[in-house]
Amino acid sequence: MSATENVREQLESLPDYGLVALFLAGIWLILTVLAFAVGGPQAPNLAAGFIGSVTVLLGAYAILTLALNLQWGYTGLFNIGVAGFMAVGAYTTAILTAPANPEAGAVAGFGLPLWVGIPGGMLMAAIVGGLAALPALRLRADYLAIVTVALSEIIRLFVNWNGVAELSLFGVEFGTGGATGISFESPSAVVAGVVNGVGSPLVSAANGLGVSGPNVVNIVYGLTLLAVVGGSYWVLSRLVNSPFGRVLKAIREDEQVTQSLGKDTRLFKIKAFMIGCALMGLAGVLFRGSAGYISPAQFRPTITFYVFAALIIGGSGSNTGSILGAATFSALLFYLPARLGEFFPSLRGQAPGNIIEAIAGLGSLDPGPLVAYTVSNVSTLRFVLIGVVLIYIIQNRPQGLLGHRNEPAASVGLSRPRAADGGGDDE
Amino acid sequence: MGLAESVSDKRRLPVERPSVGVIGVTLVYLVADLAVKLTGTTVFAFGFRVIGGSLSVGGLFSMVLDGLLVGLAVGLAGIGLSMTYSILDFANFAHGDTVTVGAFLGWVAAYIVAGVGTDATLASLFLFGTNLQLSVASTLGPVLLGLVVAGVGTVAVVLLIDRLTYRPMRESDNISLLIASIGVALALRYLIAFVFGTQTSGVASSGAQFRLLPGLAITDNEIALLVVGAALMVGVHLLLQRTKLGKAMRAMADNEDLARVTGIPTERVIRLTWILGGGLAGIGGYLLVLESETIAFNFGWILLLLIFAAVIVGGIGSIYGAMAGGVLIGLVDSLALIWLPSGLTRAAAFAALIVVLLLRPSGIFGGVSTA
Amino acid sequence: MSETVGAEAVREDVPTTSDAVDAPLLEVDGLRKEFGGVTAVDGASFRVAPGSFTGLIGPNGAGKSTTFNCITGIHDPTGGTVRFDGTDVTGLPPYTLAQRGLVRTFQIARELSEMTVLENVMLAPPEQSGESALHSVLPGLRDDVQTAEREVVEDAWATLEFFEIDHLAHENAGSLSGGQRKLLEMARVLSTDPEMVLLDEPLAGVNPTLEEKLLDRIDTLRQDGLTFLLVEHDMDVIMSHCEHIIVMHQGQVLAEGDADTIQSDDRVLEAYLGGDV
Repeated sequence: MSATENVREQLESLPDYGLVALFLAGIWLILTVLAFAVGGPQAPNLAAGFIGSVTVLLGAYAILTLALNLQWGYTGLFNIGVAGFMAVGAYTTAILTAPANPEAGAVAGFGLPLWVGIPGGMLMAAIVGGLAALPALRLRADYLAIVTVALSEIIRLFVNWNGVAELSLFGVEFGTGGATGISFESPSAVVAGVVNGVGSPLVSAANGLGVSGPNVVNIVYGLTLLAVVGGSYWVLSRLVNSPFGRVLKAIREDEQVTQSLGKDTRLFKIKAFMIGCALMGLAGVLFRGSAGYISPAQFRPTITFYVFAALIIGGSGSNTGSILGAATFSALLFYLPARLGEFFPSLRGQAPGNIIEAIAGLGSLDPGPLVAYTVSNVSTLRFVLIGVVLIYIIQNRPQGLLGHRNEPAASVGLSRPRAADGGGDDE
Repeated sequence: MGLAESVSDKRRLPVERPSVGVIGVTLVYLVADLAVKLTGTTVFAFGFRVIGGSLSVGGLFSMVLDGLLVGLAVGLAGIGLSMTYSILDFANFAHGDTVTVGAFLGWVAAYIVAGVGTDATLASLFLFGTNLQLSVASTLGPVLLGLVVAGVGTVAVVLLIDRLTYRPMRESDNISLLIASIGVALALRYLIAFVFGTQTSGVASSGAQFRLLPGLAITDNEIALLVVGAALMVGVHLLLQRTKLGKAMRAMADNEDLARVTGIPTERVIRLTWILGGGLAGIGGYLLVLESETIAFNFGWILLLLIFAAVIVGGIGSIYGAMAGGVLIGLVDSLALIWLPSGLTRAAAFAALIVVLLLRPSGIFGGVSTA
Repeated sequence: MSETVGAEAVREDVPTTSDAVDAPLLEVDGLRKEFGGVTAVDGASFRVAPGSFTGLIGPNGAGKSTTFNCITGIHDPTGGTVRFDGTDVTGLPPYTLAQRGLVRTFQIARELSEMTVLENVMLAPPEQSGESALHSVLPGLRDDVQTAEREVVEDAWATLEFFEIDHLAHENAGSLSGGQRKLLEMARVLSTDPEMVLLDEPLAGVNPTLEEKLLDRIDTLRQDGLTFLLVEHDMDVIMSHCEHIIVMHQGQVLAEGDADTIQSDDRVLEAYLGGDV
């Protein structure tokens, strides 16, 4: 076991950004290897495609996991209505930025630019979160869970309802688009504009390597999301490494004791909840709405459980753990298996269409069909894997990857003041 | 506890009394609106429809019947959820997928038996690929067999899951168990998808119809649902009231430490909870598919929140509450169509869930011992 | 509140019962608390004088902890009133009372087990600017937060050193022994800069040397103006340190007075014989 322990020690001595960078590099490397293994002449473009998509996915899940970590990992608020708050953020932004004079058949909006629409979406998500929190935060954790998922579904049913698909109030037209969804100003199009404008030399260089323009845009969009993750991390770590964070942790442990020490816990809970919801709204726009189109079907509650899986894997209570958990989940459990399944053409060619034929091979001691069937259905099986991983972790290592770390909530160093160097280091 | 809680809620009641008042006023309005609708009149004011509309008596009863049918099946499924919640003390988010498992096991069995002797291959029967549509009137045997398989098969599955997942975690807190159940839900659902695919299949259709009133008909499948559902509920009632086992389960639901101290073997009671709850969930799923005539890998998951609503409205831990809550929520879900557009009726049931959790978390029958 | 009282520190006569009649810090009147069919507190009334060290004793089941819980907002009283510093505080939530200076320790120490000992103590001081989300995040304001925090850190270390648990500062509070947890409770509650402290059996499991040190500390704090109400089963401590003693029995106040009065009251003896000391 000491080899593993050695590696673990070395990893744990890395600073947090180093750990995250290492993870990212590792993921990119694995995908590049896969691309070159199966891509043939298309390999560079395939690799670029993989890297772009996984980075976008990773970035989105990182934002969501950080938000959920603030609510659940730090404050103990069990919110499984993540999809609902994503929808509030995405739909608010969509309504604000949809063109005021759209093409025929499209839903009209206020035509505002994205830099107004996105903060508007985040604000609305925070407000809805605050309104929901006011009566609900006094509920115990599992009841809050049920209320939040019920709320999430009500939100989805509401935006799906054709009664609000197109409205006209006081001469202003706007709407949710109902079941068919709504088109609005696309965040990735904005990024594409920059890439193809200022970054055109980069695009040309990439083309020279065989990488297509859209894949470059996708990679840059992914990196933009990572920048947003970095910004969120900056804000959140300042938030939790402070007296505010201390009170949140205390609330999670024992709210009554925290109150007995003079803290108005309701206020802290509402603030933490609202900030988390704002981030979820942001992720809703930048992830589900990246192409400038959203519909109710994209906001089913299932995504909440994926975010929870990411959080548990990474270790609830640790912000860096949240990012690593999101990376592990989205890249290794979600993205990679699906790509593996797609890129075994020789096996897929023979794959039976259904389970009976797959098992039939076992009768003559031939595992081939079953293996082929399994591989071609990996994108279904990966969710079984996620479920099993979740169970395994909760049973055997509930603190996840980094939850065991002692991360005291303070804004300054905590070493004894009369030590030789005269005082603790500041962060 | 009732007095203490109502007193310590003194600070909250002034906030809640207006809510209760609002709910009361809303209910009065809804009933009045229903009455006016039945007469076929509409009252307008300032260009808005204030009250009324049109609704036939047959239509009303048809909705009541629909709500009752769905509610019975949901209630049966909810019994297991309610029992797990109180005896094992956690919210089982895998319960919806347990319902799905039961439905698939039962319907595959029914289909295969019904298709034996035809020239359909085993594979196509297994995947509901033929055009076979079962009904009570035309294929009673297979349907009944499927019912039994649904119950027994689900029991086997939940016992296995308990052995693998929850038994090692008996001492864990309820949130950890909840998270584990989320893992179980994912694993179950996508195993089913792996085996059966993600398409929706039509498996049943009504064999015979009986007209009860103008605008109100009932099919053979629906009659079967009513009969089986009611019989099972009576059976559960008798089990709880007349058998030693039932009394032990009620005792454990009310107080686990007490049960341990008085020597009731708790692992045994836990196993029986899974058996009873799982079996009923599987049968509930089977009946739901009989009613809706289609089956898909995630239908139980989609229903989970509705089942939670039934359990919470009825009162967690109360088996009678689960039954009553199921019927109530089924009726709310169905009758909401009288007042709300169809896209929002499900939201009404969820809103009822939220209201109950906020105002009276113990539900209608909760907090009352089942003795 | 906690200013050092210069020359008066030498004073012998700390406030006594007669002063209590004039301006009691805590007044409990006709307090009642029912749980379902059980009446835990049945019309308890007493006064606590500012700066005093009052003991609350009684056999098990007398209602002492329930009284504490009703005073400090953990339970809502079924009846009666609680006045603190002249204001009616009946039924107010715990954080309001704590903000007004009325705090308590718990009989079964409720340390925040996943947080370090140092974090536990640093949680307590009131009005930390860093408890505002905005102040913690914004660049300029965070500097002020950090300045204030450095003081909090220093004070916390000093407190931990006094209670002799400083060697455990970076340990998770959950790994402490029973006695150490009690000390942490005290350290934490005293860091809230209170006016009155309700101590619920704080000395159980604490060694005699430290016990003396704690009682000395309590005396020092009293001279700074703090008031203490103590529930304890250790009669020696009560009789030798509390100048006023309240005896509860079956939810009511049975007797009040100084140590001699109580020790010579037959009813008190009977109550204890009927129950267990």
